Amino acid sequence: MRIQVNGESRELPDDSTVAGMLAALELPERGIAVAVDGVVVRRTEWARAVVGDGAHVEILTAVQGG
Amino acid sequence: MTGDLAGEPAGVLAIGDHKFTSRLIIGTGGAASLDGLERALTASGTELTTVAMRRADLGSGSGVLDLLGRLGIALLPNTAGCRTAAEAVLTAQLAREALGTDLIKLEVHADDRTLLPDPIETVDAAQQLADEGFTVLAYTNDDPVTALRLEEAGCAAVMPLGSPIGTGLGIRNPHNIELIVARAGVPVILDAGIGTASDATLAMELGCDAVLLSTAVTRAQDPERMASAMRAGVTAGRLAREAGRIPQRFWAQASSPPR
Repeated sequence: MRIQVNGESRELPDDSTVAGMLAALELPERGIAVAVDGVVVRRTEWARAVVGDGAHVEILTAVQGG
Repeated sequence: MTGDLAGEPAGVLAIGDHKFTSRLIIGTGGAASLDGLERALTASGTELTTVAMRRADLGSGSGVLDLLGRLGIALLPNTAGCRTAAEAVLTAQLAREALGTDLIKLEVHADDRTLLPDPIETVDAAQQLADEGFTVLAYTNDDPVTALRLEEAGCAAVMPLGSPIGTGLGIRNPHNIELIVARAGVPVILDAGIGTASDATLAMELGCDAVLLSTAVTRAQDPERMASAMRAGVTAGRLAREAGRIPQRFWAQASSPPR
């Protein structure tokens, strides 16, 4: 399936979970947060929450600012 | 309140359930390098430091998080860049999830040129975030009415600007800051516009509980030295406030006994 991650198109295995997606993207689990289609997915749900085909995923982290 | 024998100001800064000894909050934006930022943060004595939330760069880590973790400095994520209450609420939720803190520096900017806060969106977002259990520190104009509205909305601190972000124009309406302080039941943190140490001192003399600044340190010619100056400035202003200044007089008053 194909999803949008931070505005970039990505190919993922069907029925990937958020945790699976993060592993596939080689992102560390610490210090990041995930929203799927505008809704925050709690960290405790990452192992279960499935990312649907065509989903718009935002992955944020802390950077210098303010 | 009186200071201890070392001359340090008394009391801790309590923001919601969070307590700090330092009354200087530093923003990490604008630092040229992480090494320089580390030296400046250490010199400032800060215990609370802002970070912004941005899209993760696929394939690289967050150096600033590692640095702040190593220095044992608490994180204050902000919602900089948000234009609406809805954007700010989502950013705050993501920050809490990413960083495991309920602290949020709420800022909703009206436009890019002034970066002035949008009071209507800010109050709306503050209400929603306070209801969700966040400890909200709200960036606001130097407007005493908006400050009260934010407190009523459940903010744990209000953060009036001295002047627009990054201008270094200092505190343009000191009387409004005093009015905010006089009526606030939550800490007042002077945020934005600080240019040099005397601005930070003035903020504390006016009765602010703390000062938040970034550009004044990170873009100073010598950030580490300016961080030390800000630390001393905040301490001096706090001590002067506690000491109680003399009233201003129109005519001279001799300080020597009459002949």
